[in-house]
Order: sequence, then structure tokens, then C-alpha cells
Amino acid sequence: MDDTIITIKDLNVAYQDKPALWHINLDIRKNGRTAIVGPNGAGKSTMIKTMMKLIRPVSGRIEIDGRTDKGVLKNIAYVPQKGEVNWDFPATVLDVVLMGRYVHKGWIKRPQKKDREIALEALKTMKMEAFCDRQISELSGGQRQRAFLARAIAQDADIYVMDEPLQGIDITTENLIMDVIRKLQTEGKTFIVVHHQLNTVKEYFDHVVIMNKTIIADGPTDAVFTGENIEKAYREKGVSV
Amino acid sequence: MIEVLLVLIVTALATSVPGVFLVLRGLSMTTDAISHTILLGIVLAFFMTNDIRSPWLIIAASIVGIATVYIIELVSRTQLVRQDAAIGLVFTALFAAAIILISKYSGNAHLDMDVVLMGEVLFAPFNRIDVFGFSIPAALWQLSIIMLVNFAFIALFYKELKLTTFDPKFAFIAGFSATFIYYALMTLVSVTAVAAFDAVGSILVINFFVAPALTAYLLVRRLSAMIWLSMLFAVWNSVIGYMIGFSYDLSIAGVTSFTALVTFMAVFIFSPDGWLNSRLRAFRQKRTFTRAMILMLMNERGHTRLTAGEITAHFNLNRKQFDNHMEHLLINDYIEKKNGQYTLTERGEEYTHYTRIKYELPI
Repeated sequence: MDDTIITIKDLNVAYQDKPALWHINLDIRKNGRTAIVGPNGAGKSTMIKTMMKLIRPVSGRIEIDGRTDKGVLKNIAYVPQKGEVNWDFPATVLDVVLMGRYVHKGWIKRPQKKDREIALEALKTMKMEAFCDRQISELSGGQRQRAFLARAIAQDADIYVMDEPLQGIDITTENLIMDVIRKLQTEGKTFIVVHHQLNTVKEYFDHVVIMNKTIIADGPTDAVFTGENIEKAYREKGVSV
Repeated sequence: MIEVLLVLIVTALATSVPGVFLVLRGLSMTTDAISHTILLGIVLAFFMTNDIRSPWLIIAASIVGIATVYIIELVSRTQLVRQDAAIGLVFTALFAAAIILISKYSGNAHLDMDVVLMGEVLFAPFNRIDVFGFSIPAALWQLSIIMLVNFAFIALFYKELKLTTFDPKFAFIAGFSATFIYYALMTLVSVTAVAAFDAVGSILVINFFVAPALTAYLLVRRLSAMIWLSMLFAVWNSVIGYMIGFSYDLSIAGVTSFTALVTFMAVFIFSPDGWLNSRLRAFRQKRTFTRAMILMLMNERGHTRLTAGEITAHFNLNRKQFDNHMEHLLINDYIEKKNGQYTLTERGEEYTHYTRIKYELPI
């Protein structure tokens, strides 16, 4: 299909002998804003990490833009959870955003003036230009998330894969991030976002994947995000909603 | 004797620059392991070649160094033991094997355990080679080359080292192999440790690798600054260590390492964000906050007139603290005292308003 950008076929992932993902079959829509929701331990992060080839699946196939090679990852801006990097590393915000440009550099080549300009522009988009010389350890949670998103924008990829970008941030940052996501969508970008607040799914996302180790439902938010499907996903874990 | 100082400085520079990345990656103890286990490589190669200056010693030691890193990874990846335990296990086993070999064959070997463990930079000038017609200490020549190789590696792969250290997952996505960078770095660390052996010994070399970087880390916000500052501290430690050690006839490597510790402690205590300043800042913040809260209490209905006893009881203050706070508030005209009771002045009222804004309290 033309409007599919990522196709997952019969994906199984396990940690040692514990299955984390089971028979995942999924098409992700090009130019969509897709939320991935499900209870804790449902394998949401595992699924996107497997897409990014950070985790090796037991079996299955993931096609991104019709490709399965590692090079296609350069076209994906991955925004990890805030806790996954060392924030005490001696670097400024601009240093981190510039790393987004490394994707387009080979080994040894250093970023150029042009790359700095792109990085500064990305910081402006995230309203972080005043912080460009700030050391990353001094940033608040929301500012860290904005710095990460600026790095993703500097990478200039077509697909954005984000792991709980709205977790533990203030409402101003949340609105800013959603505004930027909507704006980038009009420029043809695709978003796949692990999301934990069920109450904002309808407002923020046009597509949704509801999962709990296996896919419970996926499709346009209006059609799929029903109480019945959500209950099915959360009930299997023994969690009531 | 200037040659001794040169050997020391070059050793310190060659070790401190890769040391920056060892510190940032939390590999200090792995480095300590390497600096001991390479002895096994040295001993094995020495028994084969019977030449203490043979390049085979460096090659064999580097192989053992890399093997150490690999075995530690292998053991800790089983998740049966933690990484620190894995380091302790592997490092002592390989080091012990080297000790056994030396003690068994020490009769015909020029491997002196004291020099191996402690090093003796004073002996460096006795072993000389001719380079371009100049006679220089062999150690100086060897260490200079290794220093330049280390500098070149860091300069060339600066971007890759930075990225794989800060965010290895992103490095993978961006197409840079974190594994390659890791093993390349650890190979250089092994080679450098072997070369530094004669001068500073296997016990103290860890200090040369990590102490300057740790000290610089307390002061900087950028990686490049950390590297330059580490080099500066490396030279500083060496010069001071040499001067004191030489004047008082002490182990020069020992004094240099000790100087590194003193320098670190001085920076840790007295730097702008150091222990002393942050303690002072915390003390002042707490003092200002308590004073603001006293004013806030007086601004509440039913508390507009308070006696000394009521205030000390409410804030759990002792007499000295109470007098100190009240004197400050009276002098600055925030409060006034009438008939043994304290009340807010107009200025004090105003201050409580700003306090609510400052601490984001409901107005």
C-alpha cells in the first residue's frame, strides 16, 4: 500500500525465555500521528526499539520505506526516554543538538558551519535558543525533552519515533511539543509515539495502536480507540481502568 | 635530570587524554584491571624473547589487555555476577598467573617485582637509544610516539568518541560502531599502560589515567575543555611530583599520584561549584528561607502579634538562631517590636508578597 511507511510482519521478541512481543502484524501510516498505547510491560518500548534494530527479534520482518537494511535508520529520528542517556556528560545543549547532524557525516568528518546553523534553527523551533550554551545537566525535565526533539529535528529525518516524549513534563512544554509535531506533519513527516496518557490520545493522535504483547487493535483513532479495546488491553494485565 | 621530568610529563599526557573517556564511560576500574593483567603478556613475551625492550612485549601485553576487557564483558554478561565482581575476578586471576611465572623463573629474569609494581622513573635515562643522531632515553622515545598516537586517535575520532560515550544507541542509529570505538580505545589504553609500566608501575598508572580527568570534570561544561584541562592537570601533577620527589628523595611516581589527589581535593572543595560553595549556598538559602517564613507567619490572620516564645516554638529555633534572625529582620525594618510582641512593618508586608511570588506560593 502507498500510504504505509512501516510494515511489521509476524514479529516475535523475547527476553531470554520470556516473550515480550507476540505475533505482531502492523502497518503504520505514512504522514500520520500514531500513538502506541498499552499498560506497563506491554512491550511498547520493546517494539520501537526492535524497529530501530536496537533489539534483535526472534523472528519476523520489519520493512521501513520498503527497506530492511540498517542504512534506513538514518531516515528515522529516534527520541529515547529521558533516562536513557548520561545527562552528566560534559556537553552543552548545542553540542547535543549538533549530534543530530552526525547522521549525515561519515566517520571522522566533523560538522560544518552549515550544520551549526541547522542545529540553531532546530533549537529555535523548540524555543530553546536561549539555552544553547547551557550544560545539559542543568536542564529541567521539559527542557531535556525539548533538547532531544531539537536533535531529532536537526537530523532532518522523515520518520520520528518517540518513546514517551510527554512523560513528566510541564503543560507548556507538552503543548509546544504537540504544536511542533502537528506542524511537521503538514511538512510530510510521520510520527510514531509511545504515549501513556489515555485521556489525550483522541486530541493528540489521528491513529492509534493498542497493544499488550500482541496487537489488540490499530487504525484511525476515532474508529479504534474505544472503551472496549482499551479495557481488553488493560484487563489482560489484571489492571482495571 | 630534566629527562626524568620529560618522561614523567609525556607519560602523564599520554595517559590523561584517553583517561577523559575512561572516566566518562565509568571504566576506571576496568583500566585498573588492564594495567595489572598486561603484566602477564609482558612476562610471557619476555620469556620467549628474553629482551625487555622487544616490541613483542607491547604486542603481547596489548593482546592480554584486550582479552581482559573481553573476558570481563563475557563474565558480566552472564548476569551471574555483577560487573565490579567480574573485574575483581578476572583481574586477580590473570595478575596472579603473571606473579607465579615471575616467582618461578625470577632467577634468570630481569623483571623486578618492585619496579613492576611501583615503577621507577629515575632509571629511565639509563636505557638510551639513538634517534636521528641524538641519544635519548628509550622510554621517552617510546612514550612520545604513543602519546602522539593517542592524540591523533582522539582528534580523528573525536565526534565518534563523544557520541558513543554520551548516547551509544543514537550512535548505532547514526551508523557508528560503538564496539569498534570501545575496543580501539581499550587497545590504546593497554599499549599506553605497557609503555608507562617502567616509569610509574602498574599500581599507580591508574592514577595517571583518571585523576587529571576527574579533576577537570569538576570544572568544565564541555568535552573539549575537559580534555585540555586534563592535560594541564597532568603536567601540573608531574612537575610538582618531580620537584618534591627529587628534593626529598621520594618515589617520584608516588609523589605525583599523591599530588593528583591533593589537587583533586582542592578543586573539589574550593571550585565555584565545589563542596565549600555549595554548603555555603545551602546555608544562605536556608537562612533566607527561614526569615521569609517568619515574616509569612506574621502575615497570617491570628498571628500578626507574636512573642519570642511563639516564634521559637513554631520554627523549632534555639535562642542563638532566633536572636540572629530577629536582629536581621529588625535592622532591615521588616518587623518592629512593641511590648515584647513582634509585628510586621509595611516593608515586611511588601516582602511577604514578593516571597509568595519567589517560591511560587498561592497569593
